[in-house]
Amino acid sequence: MVTRTSALNSDLVSEPTEITETAVNVAMEAAVSAIAAAATMAELKAVRSAHVGENSELARFNAKLKDVAASDRAQAGKLVGQARARVTQSLAERESELAVAEEAARLEAEAVDVTAVASRWRAGARHPLSLLMEHMSDIFVGMGWEVAEGPELENEWFNFDALNFDEDHPARAMQDTFFVDPVESHLVLRTHTSPVQIRSLLERPLPVYVVAPGRVFRTDELDATHTPVFHQIEGIAIDKGLTMAHLRGTLEHLARSLFGEGAEIRLRPNYFPFTEPSAEMDVWQPNAKGGARWVEWGGCGMVNRNVLRAAGIDPDEYQGFAFGMGIERTLQFRNDMNDMRDMVEGDIRFSQQFGMVV
Amino acid sequence: MRAPISWLREFVDVPADVTYEQVHAALVRVGLEEEDVHTFDLTGPIVVGQVLAFEDEPQSNGKTIRWCQVDVGEEEPRGIVCGAHNFVVGDKVVVSLPGAVLPGPTALEPFAIAARKTYGHVSDGMIASARELGLGEEHDGILRLAALGLDPEVGANAILLLGLDDFAVEVNVTPDRGYALSIRGIAREYANSTGAAFRDPALAVTPVDVTGFPVSIDDDAPIRGRAGASVFMTRVVRGVDATRPTPAWMVARLTLAGIRSISLAVDITNYVMLELGQPLHAYDLDKLAGGISVRRARAGEKITTLDDKVRELNAEDLLITDGSGPIGIAGVMGGATTEMGEGSTNVLIEAANFDPVSIARSARRHKLPSEASRRFERGVDPKVAAPAAARAVQLLVELGGGTADDLGSMLDDSVAPESLALSEEFVTRLIGVEFSADEVTDSLTAVGAVVEAADDGWLVTPPTWRPDLTDAATLAEEVARIVGYDRIPSVLPVAPPGRGLSREQRLRRAAASSLAAGGLTEVLAYPFVSREQNDTFGAPTSGGVAAVKLANPLDPDAAWMRTSLWPGLIGIARRNLSRGLNDLALFEVGTVFRPVAGRAYGSGPLPIGSERPSDEVLEALRASIPPQPWHVGGLFAGDAVTKQPGQAAVPHGLADAIAAARQLAATVAAPLTIVTGSHQALHPGRTAELRVGETTVGFAGELLPTLAAELDLPRVVALFEVDLDLLLELAAKEVAPAPIASLPAATQDVSLVVAETVPAGDLLALLVEGAGELLEHATLVDDYRGAGIPQGSKSLTYALRFRAPDRTLTAAEATEAKNAAVALAATRVGATLRE
Repeated sequence: MVTRTSALNSDLVSEPTEITETAVNVAMEAAVSAIAAAATMAELKAVRSAHVGENSELARFNAKLKDVAASDRAQAGKLVGQARARVTQSLAERESELAVAEEAARLEAEAVDVTAVASRWRAGARHPLSLLMEHMSDIFVGMGWEVAEGPELENEWFNFDALNFDEDHPARAMQDTFFVDPVESHLVLRTHTSPVQIRSLLERPLPVYVVAPGRVFRTDELDATHTPVFHQIEGIAIDKGLTMAHLRGTLEHLARSLFGEGAEIRLRPNYFPFTEPSAEMDVWQPNAKGGARWVEWGGCGMVNRNVLRAAGIDPDEYQGFAFGMGIERTLQFRNDMNDMRDMVEGDIRFSQQFGMVV
Repeated sequence: MRAPISWLREFVDVPADVTYEQVHAALVRVGLEEEDVHTFDLTGPIVVGQVLAFEDEPQSNGKTIRWCQVDVGEEEPRGIVCGAHNFVVGDKVVVSLPGAVLPGPTALEPFAIAARKTYGHVSDGMIASARELGLGEEHDGILRLAALGLDPEVGANAILLLGLDDFAVEVNVTPDRGYALSIRGIAREYANSTGAAFRDPALAVTPVDVTGFPVSIDDDAPIRGRAGASVFMTRVVRGVDATRPTPAWMVARLTLAGIRSISLAVDITNYVMLELGQPLHAYDLDKLAGGISVRRARAGEKITTLDDKVRELNAEDLLITDGSGPIGIAGVMGGATTEMGEGSTNVLIEAANFDPVSIARSARRHKLPSEASRRFERGVDPKVAAPAAARAVQLLVELGGGTADDLGSMLDDSVAPESLALSEEFVTRLIGVEFSADEVTDSLTAVGAVVEAADDGWLVTPPTWRPDLTDAATLAEEVARIVGYDRIPSVLPVAPPGRGLSREQRLRRAAASSLAAGGLTEVLAYPFVSREQNDTFGAPTSGGVAAVKLANPLDPDAAWMRTSLWPGLIGIARRNLSRGLNDLALFEVGTVFRPVAGRAYGSGPLPIGSERPSDEVLEALRASIPPQPWHVGGLFAGDAVTKQPGQAAVPHGLADAIAAARQLAATVAAPLTIVTGSHQALHPGRTAELRVGETTVGFAGELLPTLAAELDLPRVVALFEVDLDLLLELAAKEVAPAPIASLPAATQDVSLVVAETVPAGDLLALLVEGAGELLEHATLVDDYRGAGIPQGSKSLTYALRFRAPDRTLTAAEATEAKNAAVALAATRVGATLRE
């Protein structure tokens, strides 16, 4: 066939044969065979040129039709037209077959080892303490509370005096405070987020329902359970008619949001200068690794009347509760971590385990 | 506070088989938090033995051991090797027999006794020292039972004999409840929790009237208006044999309570202090010069305290003085001159009540926290002084062979507690539990208050040992505590509708999330830095930066509060690098501390806490602290993209720092511009100043390579830091978007030749300015230098996209705008169109 095609190509100027049924069929058969034999688009292109192009035999038959006697012309025209149609159809079919085959071959050639492709993106991560603080804040925002903030370097009045810490009260020495030089300036690194309570009460209209997440400081050396810089979230609600029952209800909602539906709150008597009564709170962690358990979580109580007075609030009209817990500690027992140092060292492997989830 | 269980049992009924967990659980319910448990950690057989005979055998190592025959109540005596020599034949001793376990150096290394071969003998047990039994530190010789005044039967169980089967619970006593720093207080609370009967030890002794020893309180400078002492009782016991041993039961209890046995007289004062909560002091009466005066120290006065240290006194120190001068710092530590010694026979016992503030300040000033000062600081029952003195006298007579004298003093100026009104509904209104009237009165009676009916409720007189009960709320807490916090129900309050997070809070989160999504990892560094770090990183130019210094830093080399996030990021980068993590992209969102240079911060004396200060005072308090803006900083080191098949490594650098700053600005919709900048910590040729309008909001650049080398960092470390508060202030509060034109755009490239010194960003800004409103977008696509471009010049190519909001632009219109842009660039920086 190839030879025949070549012969045809090399014989472009030769006179065409008479338009006979046999001659037309031979040319058509030759074209169809050549089309079927084309293995690539390039070959098919050559075949198209040889068998359908201007100089192809069928084209020349077509051109010769004008010379055919009028009486025979219709018959000859039909003969040539059918042959050409048949060839065109074969060509189209073969072209589409070859296109599919070539695309398949190309896809096969383009296959790569997906386990070895180059990585041009890098996954970042938030710090889990930030995420947990935001998560806990959001639980309160969902209840209509707002998020309050205050300075980390604070005046002692906000950190102690206004919170009912007498200047000689043993509790004040208990706090392991970082003092700003000179000490007489009465500036400290806040030892808790509680100064935000008093700032909120002074600045916001009553009733007040706020949480204050943030960084706090105590002069503890870093070890597995202590860090001199850590985070707390503190809540305060002052309204008419709030009681310790509302405190428990709020803490229980927070606990269930964080630890699952089975979480519960247990209160134990304790002492804080800024609350009276005061309580230590334990949380029942139903899904703890190693079994459900009670865990010490934080401190709370009814806001001391002196704190309300410091903010200019009449304690006979308004009362409320406050609570606070450590974020590091919460992360530690909620996410089953042994060593607090992992949270402060900044090893990227630590945060990257969390992504944007805590 | 540690409470040995045998001691508690004297004053409250505790079940015989009680476990320490049960005692702790009972005490936790009433607010005494569990701390620890203490035992002697001994396992028998530990028995009484009698030394029948011994031979001293010198050893080649220079030691002489004793090969003893000891009767332990068995048929045959046991042969035991002993290293001590402080005993004679006939002495009764404590023998640990094989199988016994004694406490080791740590809880994890108990000391198991076995028959073992040593010094040529098989030692069939061990003769124990006091320390080996956990009874104090005495280890110079073995424990001779005669020294404890004991003559028990041979073979008797020494654990029971010495009270070594006892255990103590340790509880945390909160500062408001000083009375619980006593067995009396703990027993009372155990009774309150369990309902067991309580027998007040203060009522077990009857103080007798004494007189004749001159005592005066001459406080001419009371602190905060309170006299330094309100009670000063003295009692005298004569003829005490100071050499008599402290009985084993007392040593055991003191040891469990955490107090070392010293001598009989001192042990008795400590014992009574633990029992009743009243600190006592024993003077050698014969060394006292006349009577006692309690007064403030005078300028320049000194005292040699019991620990033989000479201490300079402060005018605020409250002193015990006699004719010779100071003989003690009241409530803190006694003086050496009147100390009880071996030859002392006549004892003066002091039971006083000192002002908490005065004692707290002295203890802190002299760094002498003691068992006594701890109690006085928290408040001691003024009415327990007399019973305590009487109890000490009783023990000195009983155990020391002394005789009680009627010489003494009974000064008592203490003020009776004020009665408090408590309305019927107050407790319920605060706690949220419907308490019955009986529950209220029973609870308050149980804590020792006297409750009388009054109009609309009760009149409650707190007991003398509860100075913390000062208002109705404190009484309500007692009711809730005694009835039990478990009774408090759970009610979720309904807050008024909130406004959600503030703009700053939302954008701070968005900024952090955006950088994390961009591949950076958030870190939280400590804000403590050195002065040098602040001076280098906290300001773009040298000459130092105003900063805050801590008075008591943990690390003197990091005594300053950070003015930049970079030192913290660098520290964390170094830690990661040291752990083999080389490809780093870190960020922190945190506050920095930026006092204004030359401004003084802080405030003078503070207003009192229990009332609202005036607006002016509040404003001054608020203004007393330095600005603490939120910053966002980041650090890049190593590779952004690591080398992989078909992928060359892409190292981190300036581009990442600038990209991160741009990302941050885009996140908060702030229009950031990058201009060539300069910062002392950054590479002089690779520093970008970050601006919004004309305001500098931060810097991005590569760390100065010499600094990087000093810090053991790789040569290329890229940094950025932005003042986020400032950025948010400058950003649009609400975005007003331009309408989006949808008609076809006309794009054209333009290549301009300018001097190499012209920043591409400046030229871009000129093109934007010159092209006018039709230019929708312009970006630098090429920077070419070399053939065809004059030396010292460069060709910058920008892709320009023009669009009109209302019509399809013609090529001519676009070209006209482009030409206007080129013309401006030509005028301003001499740019020429590249042919």
